[in-house]
This record gives sequence, structure tokens and C-alpha cells, in this order.
Amino acid sequence: MNKTRASGRTVGGLRTLSLQAPAVTLLLLWMLIPLAMTVWFSFQRYNLLMPGMKGFAGTENYEYLLTDPALWSAMGTTLLLVGWVLAITVVGGTLLAVLFQQDFFGRGVARVLAISPFFVMPTVSALVWKNMMMHPANGVLAWMAESVGLPAMDWFSSLPLTSIIIIVSWQWLPFALLILLTAIQSLDDDQVEAARMDGAGPIAIFFNITLPHLKRAISVVIMIEMIFLLTVFAEIFVTTSGGPGLATTNLAYLIYIRALLDFDVGTASAGGVIAIILANIVAIFLVRMVAKNLED
Amino acid sequence: MATLQLNNVVKSFEDTQVIQGVDLEVKDQEFVVFVGPSGCGKSTLLRMIAGLESTTSGDIVIENQRVNDLGPAERGLAMVFQSYALYPHMTVEDNMGFSLKLAGENKEARREKVLEAARILQLEPLLDRKPKALSGGQRQRVAIGRAIVRNPSIFLFDEPLSNLDAALRVQMRIELARLHEELKATMIYVTHDQIEAMTMADKIVVLQGGVVEQVGSPMELYHHPRNRFVAGFIGSPKMNFLPVSAESAAADGVTIRLPGGDTTRVPVQGTGCQPGEALTLGVRPEHLVLDETGPLQGRIQVIERLGGQTSLYVEMDDELITLMVDGDVTHRVGDEVRFTFEPRRGHLFTGDDMALESLERHPLASLTRLDHRAASDAEA
Repeated sequence: MNKTRASGRTVGGLRTLSLQAPAVTLLLLWMLIPLAMTVWFSFQRYNLLMPGMKGFAGTENYEYLLTDPALWSAMGTTLLLVGWVLAITVVGGTLLAVLFQQDFFGRGVARVLAISPFFVMPTVSALVWKNMMMHPANGVLAWMAESVGLPAMDWFSSLPLTSIIIIVSWQWLPFALLILLTAIQSLDDDQVEAARMDGAGPIAIFFNITLPHLKRAISVVIMIEMIFLLTVFAEIFVTTSGGPGLATTNLAYLIYIRALLDFDVGTASAGGVIAIILANIVAIFLVRMVAKNLED
Repeated sequence: MATLQLNNVVKSFEDTQVIQGVDLEVKDQEFVVFVGPSGCGKSTLLRMIAGLESTTSGDIVIENQRVNDLGPAERGLAMVFQSYALYPHMTVEDNMGFSLKLAGENKEARREKVLEAARILQLEPLLDRKPKALSGGQRQRVAIGRAIVRNPSIFLFDEPLSNLDAALRVQMRIELARLHEELKATMIYVTHDQIEAMTMADKIVVLQGGVVEQVGSPMELYHHPRNRFVAGFIGSPKMNFLPVSAESAAADGVTIRLPGGDTTRVPVQGTGCQPGEALTLGVRPEHLVLDETGPLQGRIQVIERLGGQTSLYVEMDDELITLMVDGDVTHRVGDEVRFTFEPRRGHLFTGDDMALESLERHPLASLTRLDHRAASDAEA
């Protein structure tokens, strides 16, 4: 292998920089400019209500934000939301995938129905849950509770975060199911039969054969869901608006409050930078885990 | 070890019957091969014995116990799959020890049994590897090892060698035969390859369309096929079939008129056969010999020289007849040749494809490898 090729500059005698340039340029414009602007604003005194006060703020925005209890509450809420939704969708998705893999009458229709929530846009599904499912007066859940003699519950004021977790899980469960169902279909029947010959019952087969087979697909589900769950916004905006208090304010929603309710672009940008750091910390663990699984 | 009996076993999928009433008896320590073209039901029959497929009617009896309602694990059998079906996330050792782990055996006992099986199969250096780091032959051996570890009463093999290349297949064939000697186990083996069947079996079961066509030792099937299907399926190259007519038929032989007009007397039981009846003469390629005064003749279309032997494909009355002759013949494509056969090598089939029984039984027809073993055991 010649030296220039190893360095990646020429392949087959062609200088490749000019060929890569359009893609690289696009990526730079797309990613680096917003990132740079966010970092820049985070060090600025920049409030839309006080146009004259613009100027370099040093670390003031960060100090303000880091000493604000709302930030730590929002971080906790973000992690709780991501963690619970992941747990529910992965466990539920795996069990449903095993269920929908069984042969039963109407399986095709059942599969489509189970996957359909994923096609409903977040705003709409949040509205449906808010007005038709969890509404204390005319919601389905209230009706069900009353029909067995229990008092109706106002979900969004008594269990705000739980309600959000339920809504988001309902939306993402089909995604997990879809990925895991396709993965489970590639499980070799012979392996299952060999395990049956070896004396494994359904539960032993699930833990010893099916689950190890799904490991890779599960890590892909976790990775993709995590990316989207860190930024859940519409469901919160439509249902609780981050409340009551800060009970359902996650990091994305906190940044929205700072930027577009408080008009404080500087602090909001600082929040954005913190969100990037948090996402990167999560990503480091995640990428390692996924990479390890994909290697096997 | 164990015996197996099938009594009128039937398998239906909705309205198609894929196994149509099979009766079979497998003796202790016997190596039985199910052979037949694809779709003949041989794998289904094996899976029914294994318990992976339910039995529609009839009895499957292992060691005098009816096992129809027992699950696969409770029947005490082990199966080697065509795809090996190794557990990809487990090491070789865990693969082999999985059944013991499920049975609740402790780690030391497990390791001991796995090591014992690994020794028999020379797998010791591979115990810590995962299946994907093994070659095809090694995976095959691990699959066999997984079966051995369970110490089953009967081993079941579902086309275990068909994923291997030709050289490895020959080697594994010998290894399996050796293993059968060493373990003194009852084995049932499914294959579509009649060479595997001929070389390994004590008893061959030829299946077609869910029906047993014939059961017998390899030499019995070769020398005394019961019908035209078995005659054509066993033996390579395939047996030649010629339309002939009966001149006279009696209990001590049938005189037939060959396509060229000559007559010859084949020593088969001819009672019930009418003079003038249309019959089919079957002669194996290796039993046709070149003879300048022979009654049959044709033009050579293709010559395949294998060195030691040469196959001549001769066109006779628009049919291609195969001759296996000496490797040193100097014929060329297009030559006219005459050939003949020993009358006792001829098989006659009636209009319904059933064979007329030979008057003399071939001396090797009842020979099985079990007899060899009995003899060597007696000497020892």
C-alpha cells in the first residue's frame, strides 16, 4: 500500500479533496455554523426585550443557568423521561415482537394496528391523549375508572410526568416493535428446534436463544430512540406546557422557555450548549455499547 | 442403547398426506438411512421421530414405550441439523453443555461430559471459540458433539453433510462411521445422496411420496430392488431401462425378446407373467459389457473418461444407454458398438413397475455392517 493512499489524499492517482469538498462543505454549513452561533450567543448578553444591552457576558449566562434549580430539575426530568420510555418500549417491544411472531388468526391486521401509532404525528397523539384518553371529565380512562367505581383522575395534574411517559411510550413502542419484529423473524428455526431438543421450554428459549439474538437490534432501538427522546417537545407543549411548576419541563422545553417565553437568547444558548454536552456524554456510553454489540 | 418402531405412522398437513402409513423397525445399534428424492417425506419422518412434528396417526415406539405424546426433550433423542443450528452467541463448550445446563447439572459434571465428547471429536482446542470462528467441518463436529453430550438413546441426523464440500464430506462420512462403531449407538440418518446411504447404512429405507418403497441392506437394494423406482434410485450411474417383451414365462425363468430381435433367458420367477406381455429390462451400466457378437447395439454419443473407468453413452432406439467399461477402451464418439450382459444381471419389471423376483439370492444381499461387528465381537 503506498503512502499517499494510506493518508487518504489520493486514491488511484486522483486527488480526492475536490471530490469530497461539496459534501464536507455542506456538513460544515449545516452543523458547524449553528453550533458556532449557539456557542457565541451563550457568551453574549442578548435579551430580545432589551435590544440595547447587547454585549460580551463572559460566563455570566452559564453561572446564571447552573445555579438555577430549574436546570437541574429539567435534567432530571429529561433523564427520567428517556429512561422510562426506553425501558417501557424495549421491554414491551420485545414481548410484543415475540407475541406477534406467533401464528394466530388475523396476525397481519394485528401487526399493522400495533405499528400504526408510529404514523400519528406527536402533536396529534398528544391531543388525542389529552382530550380523549386522560381527560378527567370525558376521557376513556376516567370512564373506565368510574365504571368500576373509582374516582376519575386528572392525569396531567396528579401524575404529570407519568402521563407524558405514557404518551411518548405509546408513540415509540411501535418503533421498537417494528425493529424487533423484523429481527426476530431472522431467528433460525433450526436453532429454536435444537434448543427444544436440548430440553428448553418457552421461557428458557426466550432467555437463551431469542434475547441474545435480539441483542443487536435492541441496542439499535436504544440508540435511535435516545436521540429522539432527548428532544421530546411537542407532547409536553401540547399537554402540560412543562407544568405543573417544572414537573414536566425537560431540557428541550427549558430552552424553549428561556428563548421564546423569557426572550433571553443568551441563557437559552447556554442551555443549548449544556444539552449538547449532556447528549455527548450519553452518546459516548451509547456508541461504545452499540459498537461492542455490532462487533459480535 | 435403543430400538425404535414405527407402526402405520401418518402425517397430514391439512388435506395433504405427506407420510402415508410407514411401518419400520430399527434394531439396537443399527445405522438406518432414510433416502429418497427431495419432497419424499424423509425429513418429515425424522422430525416426527424427534418430536418436532406431531404425528397424525400411528404409533412411534422407542424402547417399548409409545412416545407420541412426549415432547422432543423427553424422548431422549438427539438431532444434528443440516444447518448445524449452533447457538451463535455461545462458545463451543456452552453449545455442547447447553442441554446439561438446562437439565440442572453442575459446572464440573458439565465440563467433564463436554470434555469427553470433545476428546472423541478432537474438539478440545476449539472449546472457547464461538461458532462463527469455526470452519464448516468444525461446526459439523460441534453439532455432533452437542448430540453426544446428551448421551441419547438414538441419534438423528438430518442431511448433516450436505453443506460441506466434496472432500470434507467423504472425510466426515468416514468419521461418522467410526463414531457409530465407537459409541455403539442407534443412528437414523436422512440424506438424498445415495452414496452416503450405500456406504454408511446397515439398513436403507427408500422413500418416495411419503411411502416406503423398500427397506433392506445396501446390497439387497442394489441386487434385488423391489420395483423400478428403487432400481433407478440406488446405484450410480443410474440403471438402464429397455422395453422388452416376454417370449415365454415360467417359474424357472423368463425368456425375453430384446430390442435387436435376439432372445435371452433371465433367471427370475415368471409365474403370472403372460407370453407377449410388455416388460422393462433393467441392467446397470457396470453390468453391460462390450461384445462384438452381443445382441444390443448402438452409436456412441458421449464418452466420459474417468481414468480407471469410462462411461459410454450409447444411443439405441432414441434412448441413451449408459455403459461403464474399462478405462482403456479406445472407442470414439460416433462408433457403432455391440454389447451384452449376463442374464443373471438383468432385472425385469412388469407394467406396474414391480420387479419379478430373482430365482437366486445374491450372496451379499443380507450382509450388513452389523454382521461384521458381531463377527469381530465374537473373535474378541
